Amino acid sequence: MSSNIFDVENIRLDFPILDKTVNGKKLIYFDNAATSQTPKQVIDVISDYYLNYNSNIHRGVHFLSQQATELYEGAREKLKNHFNAKLNSEIIFTSGTTHAINIVSSGYSEILSEKDELIVSELEHHSNIVPWQILCEKTGSKLKVIPMNDLGELELDKFDELLNENTKLVFVNHVSNALGTINPISEIITKAHKYGAKVLIDGAQASAHFKIDLQNLDVDYYVTSAHKLCGPTGVGMLYGKKELLENLPPYQGGGEMIDQVTFEKTTYADLPHKFEAGTPNIAGCIAFGAAIDYINSIGLDKINNYENHLLQYATAKLNSIENVKIYGESENKTSVISFNVKGIHPYDIGSILDKMGIAVRTGQHCAQPIMDFFKITGTLRISFAFYNTEEEIDFLIDTLKKAIKILS
Amino acid sequence: MKIIDIQNQIIEEFEVMNDWMEKYEYMIGLGKSLPTMDNNFKSDSNLIKGCQSRVWLHAELKNENIFFHADSDAIITKGIISILIRIYSGQSPKEILDSSFDFINKIGLKDHLSQTRANGLSSMIKQIKMYALAFQTKLN
Ligand SMILES: Cc1ncc(COP(=O)(O)O)c(C=O)c1O
Repeated sequence: MSSNIFDVENIRLDFPILDKTVNGKKLIYFDNAATSQTPKQVIDVISDYYLNYNSNIHRGVHFLSQQATELYEGAREKLKNHFNAKLNSEIIFTSGTTHAINIVSSGYSEILSEKDELIVSELEHHSNIVPWQILCEKTGSKLKVIPMNDLGELELDKFDELLNENTKLVFVNHVSNALGTINPISEIITKAHKYGAKVLIDGAQASAHFKIDLQNLDVDYYVTSAHKLCGPTGVGMLYGKKELLENLPPYQGGGEMIDQVTFEKTTYADLPHKFEAGTPNIAGCIAFGAAIDYINSIGLDKINNYENHLLQYATAKLNSIENVKIYGESENKTSVISFNVKGIHPYDIGSILDKMGIAVRTGQHCAQPIMDFFKITGTLRISFAFYNTEEEIDFLIDTLKKAIKILS
Repeated sequence: MKIIDIQNQIIEEFEVMNDWMEKYEYMIGLGKSLPTMDNNFKSDSNLIKGCQSRVWLHAELKNENIFFHADSDAIITKGIISILIRIYSGQSPKEILDSSFDFINKIGLKDHLSQTRANGLSSMIKQIKMYALAFQTKLN
């Protein structure tokens, strides 16, 4: 598909920040894998909440509290529908992907024992490694790693060798934040289930780019962050199958999550409230729902097509520059390109791009095992969203060539 | 030359540069001409924490003066290192401890560095002072 079918100029009008100048240059935002920009439709929902509905939820007899509760629960319903969960109560609002993973990992510290085994992949964000290492330290369970190949793809035949009757949990990201690889999670889930293992998928890098159908995937836990899909920061989702979440011990104690409290014993509230102790980020959760509406108003299929077009366009241009090496060359990728220029430190290039108004990410991308695999200390990462354009990519390429000239 | 005189010299050099591009090109040039460090000195114990690129700083005392050797895998960082070495290498611990690090603000370098690089610069300066303090204690 070519870019002229997709009305990007019109879409850009929804994102006021894209008009900003930085360092005296027009902002070109290519750090979408870290955080996507927020359309005014979502910003409006946040300010509307504070202007008209601000109050605490689930607690008040009064009008505002009831309205706020309705909006909050309405957002949950939107997530449930969008991701096709079976029940609203399977959707837990969290502060983000990291929080969601920690709810599950800390719950399992009371479930697992020494003989149990967990499987992670080599392709993970630290958020999907460290909580499990903490869990293993507590329980004595063993952590095994699915290796990847030179293209940055997981080696599924090696996964088969790691699975056995002791495997209790498998956790893999849907899409790698460092390389953009889309992992074959459907196969991973099917294989793990054969051994009775449960699967958690980190969807932080996936949910903004294509449709996710939780029931169809038959995934046990799925987590993501709102700020990666045009929503606010500090809000995320934990999806878990009802029977699993019911058996998972609560993460935090406090108000909102209890049924009865006496000093002898407290019984917990039903799902989803058991995992939502304290006053949540109400405006943020409502805005998460609005972000989903926004994305759907454009259509994830169209978004995916267009972003793919940008990916192909930029990949071809980058590959035509001498000494550029792209890391992550799977056929199945989202619009993320990690690369280096031979002999030049990514941070030097990133600094010059920044001066020219281009926002990219440099470093390890919270994925040190991937950097170790390629024996590098970091990369430059550019990541596109549906509001980016070919012209922006052209400018990046020109600037990159100049930077290389200065730095070589 | 005294620390303050070298600092003033550098401030003057930067004053004639008009924009960030010139400053960057100047620092890149300095970075390229900084001699690479002996690999033996590129040890973990010489690595400075808080830099996005790797920075190694080694110091030795000769005739009561400190000589610094430093390197980085990023060229702009090497340029910054080169400026610091020009000022502080060959000076006595006492002079280094007594000197002001204000010149950094005067050359407007901080405005042109990203937050992480500015933090890295602060870490380097801290390490230079630490060496000076350690050697001064040793001399006394
Ligand atoms: C794959 C992946 N997992 C987890 C995270 C952590 O998300 P958050 O910081 O929103 O908790 C990120 C975000 O950088 C990510 O890309």
